[in-house]
This record gives sequence, structure tokens and C-alpha cells, in this order.
Amino acid sequence: MKEKGWKEIPIGGLILKAGNAEEYKTGDWRTFRPVRDEEKCTNCLICWIYCPDSSIIVEDGKVKGIRYDYCKGCGICATECPVEAIKMVEESEFRKKGGE
Amino acid sequence: MGRIVGLTGDETAAEVMRQINPDVLAAYPITPQTETVQRFSEFVADGKVSTEMVRVESEQSAMSACIGAAAAGARAMTATSANGLALMWEIVYIAASCRLPIAMVVVNRALSGPINIHCDHSDSMGARDSGWIQIYSENCQEIYDNLIQAVRIGENREVLLPVMVTFDGFIISHCTERLELLEDKKVRDFVGEYKNSYPLLNVDNPITYGPLDLFDYYFEHKRQQIEAMEKVPQVIQRVGEEFEKLSGRTYSLMEEYKTEDADFILVAAGSTAGTVKTAIEELREEGIKAGLLKIRVFRPFPVAKICQVLKKAKAVAVLDRSASFGAQGGPIFLEVRSALFGEERKLPVINYIYGLGGRDISIEQIKGVYRNLQKIADTGKVKKLVDCIGLRE
Repeated sequence: MKEKGWKEIPIGGLILKAGNAEEYKTGDWRTFRPVRDEEKCTNCLICWIYCPDSSIIVEDGKVKGIRYDYCKGCGICATECPVEAIKMVEESEFRKKGGE
Repeated sequence: MGRIVGLTGDETAAEVMRQINPDVLAAYPITPQTETVQRFSEFVADGKVSTEMVRVESEQSAMSACIGAAAAGARAMTATSANGLALMWEIVYIAASCRLPIAMVVVNRALSGPINIHCDHSDSMGARDSGWIQIYSENCQEIYDNLIQAVRIGENREVLLPVMVTFDGFIISHCTERLELLEDKKVRDFVGEYKNSYPLLNVDNPITYGPLDLFDYYFEHKRQQIEAMEKVPQVIQRVGEEFEKLSGRTYSLMEEYKTEDADFILVAAGSTAGTVKTAIEELREEGIKAGLLKIRVFRPFPVAKICQVLKKAKAVAVLDRSASFGAQGGPIFLEVRSALFGEERKLPVINYIYGLGGRDISIEQIKGVYRNLQKIADTGKVKKLVDCIGLRE
């Protein structure tokens, strides 16, 4: 998101639209990234239940991936996963290995 | 027709707030502001106003309630003094940064400690960087006139800033003076209705006040506050002209008293300006061309106007009713001297700290200041840049 100048923003720090937290990408706060092993995953959806940021993408009852734009890397999904299908990988390591 | 009455400063503030009839008044009593709120609460009890009066448990709550009310879309007012203002501190800044045009009466009193209930300007001067407009009043008439105008100035669309109207504790707050009141209807028509463009209670368009604002946008919001302050002088001028049509009394950013041909000019704020005027009358009889520049608006500080008036003088003395510990002099002095730095001709500007904790200043002492200015002009030498008046060594 391009940051705006002082003449372009509402005064007083007001936020004039409801529900705009969606536009604020909080994923860059992350130090550890959850990496899911698709083969191990049993689609029990426990990660989806526990994720405090609704960052587990589920379609037709199956886990399709993780919303890294919003995932802050808290690691709850990895802790709760009963089959250890989610591993927390240090973001810098992940990037070094040519990740996104 | 308006009325001519005798009221104390506190009663005046209550009376004009009755006429303004704000939607919300939240206040906590503190000497010497107490009678303002006490009398206003009588108006509430007697049904003379439709104001929702919030009896809070502290000044911090008073300002918080005002912010909540103003954000909701109400016209909110409060009154305080010294330690009360200090207890509000955090919220005072928030009112300005949320751009809520709250009007606050500050009855100037010395800040503790040691504890003191009498007048000096240490309370409001301490809040000079809080983002509030500051208007100082010399007497009861000015309290009345300034508060009416303060509502319009703060609520102006280009401004949207809170306004402090101050007057000297006890000297003005507890002394009865003659003043002219306008008719209720005229005052109410003049202030009009407060219309918040972004009321918090608009459920059709929910908005957020006071969100977290970090390194990415906080700076931009501060820049907006600077901009709003820059708009204030012209708004004060316009509101003053409109008020003159209503009342016949003239108001500008400052008052000049016999400055036109003055060799020696004193700069002062508050009730002492009145004493200075008397000293000027007496000195003029002796043939000394003395003048006064009275600070009415201290925030924003009217730099250009002040230079215009002072630059023709031979010497200038600034009277400060507060000390700025560790600084070169009092707050008004620092502003005035800095303003004059850009002038081609170097002009001697000296500073006197006076009246701390309510100590009186006499006509003779003020004359002494003018005589010192004369000496400086004659010799070209400033013996002491910052001095005290009425202090025992």
C-alpha cells in the first residue's frame, strides 16, 4: 500500500471507514513462518479453529494454504497440529532458501 | 438590549457559558476556578441551560469526558486551574490531536510546589506546546468576549482545535468588575450550532477516533496540526471583526496601547496589562513615550504582527508571569526575542519574571522597568538580560 501525504489523509488520525483492518497487511510482523506439509496434513481443521487471525485458507472442508499477508507467525497452528504437519521456519532462513 | 452588570471573573465565565449553553460540561472543582463551575451547576439545577453536566472524579476524567462528548458530536466545555490542568495533561494533548474544538476556561494559578493557590501563568504556559489555541484575558469583559469568540475560532472548519481562555486567578477570578453582557439570543446566534463532520454516534457510518498511529502516519498528523495552527490567525481576525459588529468591541491577535510613537514598549499578558496601562498614563505625563503590547493570543504566536509593532521601539521589556527553568528567560520572552532575531536592526529586548505565586506587581515597579529601558537606550548597554521584579534577594 502506497503511504499517503499529510494533505491526503483524514485529520486527527480518524479512520472514516469501518472494517478496513483487512487492508492492513500484518504479515510483515512475522519472524517465524508456518510451513505446511501437505502429505502429512489430515485436514482435521484444528489449525483453522485455533488460528487467531483467520489465516488458514479452507475450501470444501480442506486446508488449501496459509494467508501470509496476515499470518503474524504466532505458531499456534504448529503447536496444535496433532500430526505435526506444520513447522515454524525462521523467515530469514526461508528467504535464504529462495522462498517468496 | 444587552445589560451592564458587576461580576467576578469566575461568575463571568459561568454567565457566558450559560449563554453559550454547551451540550456537555464536565468539570472538577479547583481553586480559583471553583465558583465558575459552582455557579454553572446552579444554572443546570435551575433549568437555565440544557447542558448535560458531568460531575467527574478528577480533571483527567473531565477532559476525557469532553473528548468523548465532542467526538460524539456535542459542544463540550470545561474549566480548571493549575494542578487540575496538570492532572489533565495527557488528555489535553489528545483533545488537540483528535482535532476536537473543546473550549476550556483556565483560571491561571501557580503550579505546586510548594503548594500555592494564587496567580501565575505556570499552568497554561506549561501547556503551550499541547496544540491548544491560547487566549489570555486582561479583565472580566475580555473573559466574556474571548469565550464567545473561542467557540467560533476552535470550531472553524479550517481550524478544528481546542481553545484555552485564561484569566488571572483571584486578581480577576474573584474581583467584581463592570462588564457589558449581550442578549442571550445574540450570543447563541453568534456561536451557532456545533456540527461535527465525523460524529462518533453516526451508526450509519461507523468511524474510529484515536487509533494507533505509528512511524508511518503520526508525523503526517502532526504536520496537519501545524497547518491548522497556521490558519488560526486569519480566523481569529475574521471572528474578531464579526464580534465587533455585534458588541462594538474590537479584538485582534494582540492589543496595542500607545505603541504608535512609543520609544519603550512592554510586552505583557493577563491582568498586569491593565496595571501597565496606568503606568503608561503616568509616564506619558512626564514626557516618556511608553507603550504596551498586550499578548492576547499566545498560541499561535503572532510573530509577524509582533515584529511590526516592536521593531520601531528603542528598547523592549517582556514581562513573564512564569519561569521556564533552565531556559534563557520566560516563555513570552523566548518567543518575542526569537521573533525579533530576523529584524535587520538589533533591538535590545530584556526579560522580567514577576508575580510568581500571586505576588503583586505595582505601578511603581512597572515604571522602574520603563526607566531601565530608557537607561539601556541611552547607554546602549544591557546590564542584566533576565531579571526579577518584586523578589527579595
